[in-house]
Amino acid sequence: MGQTLFQKIWDAHVVQARDDGLALLYVDRHYFHEGSFHAFNILKARGLKVRRPDLSFGFGDHYAPTVGRSTPEVADPEIRGIIETFEANARANRIRAFELADPDQGIVHVAGPEQGLTLPGMTVVCGDSHTSTHGALGALAFGIGASEVAHVLATQTIWQSPPKQIRCHFEGALPAGSTAKDMALALIAQIGTGGGLGGAIEFAGPAVRALSIEARLTLCNMAIEAGARTGMVAPDATTAAWLIGRPYAPAEPDPAWSRLFSDPDARFDSEVTLDATQIRPMATWGTSPEEAVPLSGRVPRLDEAPDEARQKAWARSLDYMGLRGGEEMADVALDRVFLGSCTNARIEDLRDAAAVLRGKRIAVPMLVSPGSSRVKRAAEAEGLDRIFKEAGARWEESSCALCVSMHGEVVGEGERCASTSNRNFAGRQGRGARTHLVSPASAAASAVAGRLVGAA
Amino acid sequence: MEPFTRYTAIAAPFDQANVDTDQIMPARFMRRPRDERYATYGFHDQRFTPDGAKRPDFILNQPPFDTAGILVAGRNFGVGSSREAAVYALAAMGFRCVVAASFGDIFFSNALKNGLLPVRLLESTVNGLRQAVATAPGTTISVDLERQELTAPDGSTHQFTVPGFARDCLLRGLDEIGLTMTLEPEIAAFEARRAGG
Repeated sequence: MGQTLFQKIWDAHVVQARDDGLALLYVDRHYFHEGSFHAFNILKARGLKVRRPDLSFGFGDHYAPTVGRSTPEVADPEIRGIIETFEANARANRIRAFELADPDQGIVHVAGPEQGLTLPGMTVVCGDSHTSTHGALGALAFGIGASEVAHVLATQTIWQSPPKQIRCHFEGALPAGSTAKDMALALIAQIGTGGGLGGAIEFAGPAVRALSIEARLTLCNMAIEAGARTGMVAPDATTAAWLIGRPYAPAEPDPAWSRLFSDPDARFDSEVTLDATQIRPMATWGTSPEEAVPLSGRVPRLDEAPDEARQKAWARSLDYMGLRGGEEMADVALDRVFLGSCTNARIEDLRDAAAVLRGKRIAVPMLVSPGSSRVKRAAEAEGLDRIFKEAGARWEESSCALCVSMHGEVVGEGERCASTSNRNFAGRQGRGARTHLVSPASAAASAVAGRLVGAA
Repeated sequence: MEPFTRYTAIAAPFDQANVDTDQIMPARFMRRPRDERYATYGFHDQRFTPDGAKRPDFILNQPPFDTAGILVAGRNFGVGSSREAAVYALAAMGFRCVVAASFGDIFFSNALKNGLLPVRLLESTVNGLRQAVATAPGTTISVDLERQELTAPDGSTHQFTVPGFARDCLLRGLDEIGLTMTLEPEIAAFEARRAGG
């Protein structure tokens, strides 16, 4: 029987297998960020060394301010302290870290791939759930907790039980105006945040093949929001073309990359198929990524809930979000808009949003935080920054920013924000903040309209 | 880590599905080092009003549930962010076990590494347990990790499974790093094989 893409990468990394299925996997690439300080503390407490400092790379992103690139000038002493700790841990362990002032600083899931540090066939881990993003390049990539980060630093390996293997086909062609973000939200609305629980999702089908690498990164980024451990796309000519020439990528594609695909007779534990031709610009209305509908639709009524647990959850969501069941999504008025995050802050995302904003003025405040400092420079070279600024948006530095609101700015209590990020959890953008997840084009159109709308 | 063998405690019903780790541990507290303050961060925004007063309607503020050691939760508990701080907060609040029909994948492994036992049971069983502890506040539940068995307030027993390696570590109070380091020759051999291949 043939093998899946997942199995091929898994098998190539097994250091030791146990009878109960658990395997010790070798880790090719470990990324970390300021929040990984717990793991370094665990190492310190046990007097352990980093085994392979050459295979770990740090990126300052979660606490990076959106204004200023100098660590000593970070105003909040607690935030400054945590950034200093990150930089000191990297230096003490001789690890390359892309610090705040580094011209190649960025969000780990944007800047890591951008540097060519994630390659097809690799195992990639990071103490961040959105590590699934890197699967877009044909890697086996998943998020881990602090204890596991310490384990990886000390041993360059990780214990894993084999996940369920799920294949998600997107058939047909995605309509113009719909994006990878809309594909992800449509999928999660269909299968739920538990739909991929503990699984490895391989995204396949013509609509996935047609996606750019940046769009595939967006799709795999959201795999975790379906509950999956990872998402992945088999590498192809698009992958190789995107990688070659990046600082850490090889000069030529590795011939081994061409064997990284699921064999025709490979078996998956489950398969799900979506008709891409039917996917329209989406937005969430609730506090779970599965609570999403087309922007042309309406907020569901409680009597439409498929079961009692969902009905209770929807009632909580509606209450938190300050919405009524049956309300048109297009009637939902916004207080602000955030364009950024590891989901949607790559150059193509900024181009999509700028195309909508060109020559227009925004009706509500909008923050644009590019996914990396390189993305920021590339956007400025194309003049996108002028479009954002002329429309009235704030054009600031690269950071996780308002996706997780650890950097010192929050969305206020009761404020409603259309956001290109990945989580609309209660309190995610700030205590009492109300988040609607959308694509970059929809975020821009919504900023102009002052309410939730898709790009015309 | 303290070994985990058998544990009996008051169980608190927590009737919410898809409780994400942002609810359990709001991001703004994550810059703080792990210490006793983590007990106040757990479910912070549901437990406290913006001015810091306890919300009396929040179940974990109500006696006897404020001293519970076992949480009987809804499906898909601990979904979302990989923040291990969510587990630190629950442990600091005094929980040593969470029972649910399913767990967020990363939360599940984080819990095992910190002596917080995640027990997966059928949804109908979990619903029954939650109802039982809600209608008779102060009722205890027992878990036996060696037998992988939970004893409900009515005396009925329910089998659960914890992955073998993690169970061994928990039972013996060992952490995985030390055990994996004994496999250094295998890890070095793997690296040598790859470098040669």
